[in-house]
Amino acid sequence: MSSPSIAVVIAPGSNREGEAARAVRLAGGQAEIVPIGTPLDRFAGVILPGGFSYGDALGGGMRWALQVGEAVAAFADSGRPVLGICNGFQVLVRAGLLPGSSDGAGSRSVTLTGNAHGRFACRWVSLAVEAGNAAGLDGLLPPVIACPVAHGEGRLAVRDAEALDALAAGGRVLFRYVEGTNPNGSVGDIAGLCDERGLVWGLMPHPEDHVSDLQNPFPDRPGRSGLALFEAFVNRARSI
Amino acid sequence: MTVERRRVYLLADHPGDEVLEALCSTVLADTVVEEATVQHGAPPHDPHRVEVGFLPGVTDTEARELEAVIVQLGGPPVAAATVRVYRIEGADEATLADLARRRWANASIERWAVGELPAPFAPAPPEHARVETVPVTALDDDALAELSRRRLLSLDRTELRTIASFYAAEGREPTDAELETLAQTWSEHCNHKTFRAEISFTHREADGSVRSVESIDGLLRSHLRAATDAVAKPWVRSAFVDNAGIVQLDERWDLAIKVETHNHPSALEPFGGANTGVGGVVRDVIGVSARPIACLDVLCFAPPDTPAEAVPEGVLAPARVAEGVVAGIGDYGNKLGLPTVAGAVVYHPGYLGNPLVYCGAVGILPHGAHRTGPRPGDLVVVIGGRTGRDGIHGATFSSAELETDTAAVAGTAVQIGDPITEKATMELVCEARDAGLYRALTDCGAGGLSSAVGELGAPTGVEVDLTTVPRKYAGLAPWEVWISEAQERMVLAVPPEHLTALHELGRRWDCEVTAIGRFSEDGRLRVRHGGAPVVDLPMDFLHDGCPRRSLVAEWREPAVAGGRVADVTVQSAGGLLLALLRQPTIASKADIIATYDHEVRGGTVVRPWCGPEAAGPSDGVVLVPHECWEDGEAAFALGVGVNPRYGRLDPYRMALAAVDEAFRNVVAAGADPDRVSLLDNFCWGNPNLPDRLGALVRATQGCHDAAIAYQAPFVSGKDSLFNEFDGVPIPATLLITALGVVPDRRHTAQAWPRAGAGALFLVGETRAELGGSMYAELVGEDGGSVPGPPAGDPLVTYRALHRAIGAGLVAGVHDCSEGGLAVALAEFALAGSLGLDVSLASDGLRRDELLFSESNGRFVVQVAAGAEEAFAAAMPDGTAWRRIGTVSAADAVLRIAVDGETVVEEGVDVLRSAFEGGPRIGAYA
Repeated sequence: MSSPSIAVVIAPGSNREGEAARAVRLAGGQAEIVPIGTPLDRFAGVILPGGFSYGDALGGGMRWALQVGEAVAAFADSGRPVLGICNGFQVLVRAGLLPGSSDGAGSRSVTLTGNAHGRFACRWVSLAVEAGNAAGLDGLLPPVIACPVAHGEGRLAVRDAEALDALAAGGRVLFRYVEGTNPNGSVGDIAGLCDERGLVWGLMPHPEDHVSDLQNPFPDRPGRSGLALFEAFVNRARSI
Repeated sequence: MTVERRRVYLLADHPGDEVLEALCSTVLADTVVEEATVQHGAPPHDPHRVEVGFLPGVTDTEARELEAVIVQLGGPPVAAATVRVYRIEGADEATLADLARRRWANASIERWAVGELPAPFAPAPPEHARVETVPVTALDDDALAELSRRRLLSLDRTELRTIASFYAAEGREPTDAELETLAQTWSEHCNHKTFRAEISFTHREADGSVRSVESIDGLLRSHLRAATDAVAKPWVRSAFVDNAGIVQLDERWDLAIKVETHNHPSALEPFGGANTGVGGVVRDVIGVSARPIACLDVLCFAPPDTPAEAVPEGVLAPARVAEGVVAGIGDYGNKLGLPTVAGAVVYHPGYLGNPLVYCGAVGILPHGAHRTGPRPGDLVVVIGGRTGRDGIHGATFSSAELETDTAAVAGTAVQIGDPITEKATMELVCEARDAGLYRALTDCGAGGLSSAVGELGAPTGVEVDLTTVPRKYAGLAPWEVWISEAQERMVLAVPPEHLTALHELGRRWDCEVTAIGRFSEDGRLRVRHGGAPVVDLPMDFLHDGCPRRSLVAEWREPAVAGGRVADVTVQSAGGLLLALLRQPTIASKADIIATYDHEVRGGTVVRPWCGPEAAGPSDGVVLVPHECWEDGEAAFALGVGVNPRYGRLDPYRMALAAVDEAFRNVVAAGADPDRVSLLDNFCWGNPNLPDRLGALVRATQGCHDAAIAYQAPFVSGKDSLFNEFDGVPIPATLLITALGVVPDRRHTAQAWPRAGAGALFLVGETRAELGGSMYAELVGEDGGSVPGPPAGDPLVTYRALHRAIGAGLVAGVHDCSEGGLAVALAEFALAGSLGLDVSLASDGLRRDELLFSESNGRFVVQVAAGAEEAFAAAMPDGTAWRRIGTVSAADAVLRIAVDGETVVEEGVDVLRSAFEGGPRIGAYA
């Protein structure tokens, strides 16, 4: 089986690129950590990892989105998968790649903003895969993934109820926080999104921080590793 | 009363319509939840609002990023600044001013106004290259002392006289920069004058009679380093020599560790002080060529409920200090991508004027990768942040006592960090290390370039030109450039042929790289500003010229109050246990821990919390470095011990207890007791006063004896003295940090019980040692004897426990510390959400002693299922242990019986709500 090459693109202040690359390797892919501006043509998939690009100045992911938005959009338009985690998810939302085109030109209706309690939150959460999402992850992942969140601006907010309904109806919700573990007040407990083609995925939590039993703080609840998400991503990249 | 908050971005010029539109619709406002308005020119006066902005020279990263984005969007270079606006409809000026002072603004880094601030865009001042000469040779002692006070030099009369004599012999007067250089290099902060001083020590009994008199040839040499030498562990790579201690992890990798304090800056500006405290200690670790991989923090605050009228003028409210410090620590570590994993928070009224902020960092480096030898001809290269007028006089300031008006005099000593620049610096150094591009490096910490360049060039000599140092803005005097403590800078000794490669790395990581001078071979420190001489000093006078101090120390054993309150009863014991769990020092720190990213790097395998509901407090933490995740078995554990409550009664035993607790923490998590290194951090009052120094002598004697007893070397240490506010010292506070190697990362242990595992054991002996205990404080008595060394040989016990963990005999283990056995059992129960049925025998102890005595050397252990006999057999002769009860899944109640009579019976949910009922960080706003 081929081992697709995945670009882990970093900006100044990215910091979870090492874990993302490790997760890709454990999932059977090859990972290369590359700076902004690296041509992406030779890669089968792109990951934007977590961190604090530019120190979160002007809002999480803002400046990075201005820099990579077009290149990443072009990459996805070529039919290859993109995954944004935490700061990378913020970038995809700010660049208008998530939840994607039906969001309406020029005026976003979904955002990631300051946590409801006003503070940074690092805690473990449980994620449920949303059935029928456009990424088609049903059956590819365990029913629940356990992993940490670590962010100050991860609350998913929408302009209005209509925008929220559109997310669910369009299969754009990738993950929801299992009841009781929503760490930031996200509307509808939404933890992750995908675009209408199922090619661009983004989530606030860090499945790359739970890829081995050693990392599981709840040994009485095994089998909830985040590795399956990276396997699904690498497989998607491989199939292109 | 609703406070309306707004962010205001000020632009000095119009950036163009298109850019402005992009800024408002995308960049500055998140239009899903916010809206933006544009105001051209000065806004109309609004008396119901307060504007807060940074003082000139304080880093405004947001504004800097905005300037970059405007250019990126195709706009012209435009100066930007940020302002926060608070508005309360109808509020009067006095109310707003009061809120601004107490909550919204901090005068040490910010300016504010009711209404509008004046525009911040002043024209850049002209470059000024004036080097002043400061006459000293003709001054008498009083005039020299006055000079030291006026220029914030913090030098004593003997030191000033030595300097005056040096210049008299040279036949000239010092320049301003030379005087500053000497003051920085000879500061307590950089030179550890107290720890190197000769001390005449008298130890007295409580009645005043002399127990012993001795002459001590330096506390550092004769007590701390002497212990490390005596223990002679082959795995110690570097102790007390470099910026951080270095020990072996496995065949390929070494670990570096350093713990620092940032007390004085944090007292003035809690966020910035703690923020730059983390940044500073991380740079210490980078300074030994290590990649930082974890942070730890120990904080000492006054109780958050201290009434406002008890807070002196010039002191920030404790809750505000705590909130700012916690936010500052989290901000830096989180943005740097380092897990902040270990620590403690201690509350005591004695920290009101002087909060303590200990920041620690661990790094990893390939064995032998650190290089320390510059050669003549190598270039002096500064990398990272630019130099500004921030942090002037940090080193000498931290060596002075705080007074009410310190904030006004020393405002520029406080800074805010820029972790993203530090991140770039860290990446650059690691790659430059692997490529062999430098021959020595150090961080710019206290004293700025003066200390860093002076230190690196000590073996050779060095010459620099200050005009080449990159500045944040114009207008700095040469001496300001030279001693500025602007953050995120490192200095490297680079062979000229490697400069191009280093510049290439600088471009890759967006990190400025500038050659500012050259190492020489004349043994002199020469600093020029273009053609003008600024400093010309022989290295031997700079580094060895500071006269050694002779100090007098005296310790008088305190008279212990004889009376004891009545023993606890069946009626009172449960309530006292709940009250102890609510004590801020014991209560859950989960709220604080959750604001620190303790997961980043994906190697945290024993966390600061534990149990199925993440509710239990851990002892030590265990991390697997990312670097050896895929090929290796080792991990490392971190633990801390700090108990200032013992220090007032017995500083010697405080040190023993701190070593024992830190050591036990790492062993309980899985570290090998024969692979534990220690760090000492003393925060003390004015050491020139014999009683303060006497307590310091006793504490270092305790450190020495404990290091020998546990065969654990000290590898690094730091002191912060003069922690007094208006003549009142802080409680003498010794932090011991333990770094232990976990030989097999699969064999760790955690502080929570499992349903279906085996019985409960208590390892170690409980004695009548309530002196300085949390219980004694709660009931208002002295408590008698402070906990002494554990019975028998604790190292033998700890080795046995370590073997038991490795053999899979241990299901869960928790150490006994503040609050004693009863609190340890309560924490264990609530961590697992399981009941414990415990039966104790009094054996001649009172119930309060049995339950709450803080005797050292003890663990609560739940053995693995069916491992009862094997565990008992694993306990060596001379180790006290007994089976004390069982774990119950069916009945979530903690039941403790003494001699068959139930004295505590509390539901686990009740214990948990008490434990989680402590102070909430962040509730203050």
